[in-house]
Amino acid sequence: MAVWIAVLATGLGCYALKLSGLIVPQRVLADPRVRRFTELVPVALLTALVAVQTFADGRALELDAPRLAGLGAAVVALLLRAPFLVALAAAAGTAALLRLAAG
Amino acid sequence: MTAVDAAEHAGHDPAARRSAIRDGLGVGISVGLSGLAFGAAAVTAGMSTAQACALSLLAFTGASQFALAGVLGGGGNLVAGTLGAVLLGARNGLYGLRLAGLLGARGRRRLLTAHMVIDETTAVATAQPDPRSARAGFWATAISLYAVWNLSTLGGALGAARIGDPKAFGMDVLGPAAFLALLWPRLTAGRAEARVALAAMAIAVAATPLLPPGVPVMLAAVAALAGMVGAAGTAETGPAAEREGD
Repeated sequence: MAVWIAVLATGLGCYALKLSGLIVPQRVLADPRVRRFTELVPVALLTALVAVQTFADGRALELDAPRLAGLGAAVVALLLRAPFLVALAAAAGTAALLRLAAG
Repeated sequence: MTAVDAAEHAGHDPAARRSAIRDGLGVGISVGLSGLAFGAAAVTAGMSTAQACALSLLAFTGASQFALAGVLGGGGNLVAGTLGAVLLGARNGLYGLRLAGLLGARGRRRLLTAHMVIDETTAVATAQPDPRSARAGFWATAISLYAVWNLSTLGGALGAARIGDPKAFGMDVLGPAAFLALLWPRLTAGRAEARVALAAMAIAVAATPLLPPGVPVMLAAVAALAGMVGAAGTAETGPAAEREGD
């Protein structure tokens, strides 16, 4: 029962946070400085997320060689202007192959 | 071609819209498959299959779900675990600030749209050159990801014992690679964006050992403030910024 309450409370809390951003009055967002901030926020949060997902495991910083190589392969693919799905496949494929090779 | 040029030429370009849908489906299906890992982790941590599926249906934000399962599996306090999981969802609120104007969601429709405001949908929507493509990309990502994430949660929960380590298939790299690929045009076209990105990565990595999971990424929002100051008065804007008023 306690687990069900935690599941429902997490669902409700997460939904409330998602909704909160959408219902901020548009006149608040009309200010050019606020608007510029909201444009840059996804860039900041998503790159921070990439960094954390790449260099951290929980609260520990770690350098996982196959993961770094996978991200490196994605960067190479992007520099070569490869399509989005090719970049994803290069990333996952590189990491998987290196892990397979390492046994 | 810079992002601003692209925005001016894209307009209501059907090709841009198709490309947005393709990106959205790609993200939705590939990232959605990590629901297998969540379903397996949740059941291994002691949740029932129904609880794991309910969490995917109701919370629908991966980081929060993994966090709750982690606390449960580690025998941690469920109240603190719930608060931590919800805190991890706070960045979705910031995404909503940007998406509100871009998606033009008003009235009761916002109640449905809100459930889909997460990392993946934001990454696809904000990567598009015009609001129509942004909306198409948002919903293509939302629908495919919701379907695949929930089905694969069920699959992972039922097959927990039989599923190998998802890392063996490189699935842990799919999320960051997808976000990087979607951000790429903005990072290479806008100097302000590149500055914000570098600052955000530095803040998040430096704060990771010091703060609870989830907080370092939220803290990186400060980098957007720095970018705003640095870019005041310049014409560097995001690709979807120019044509928002329709």
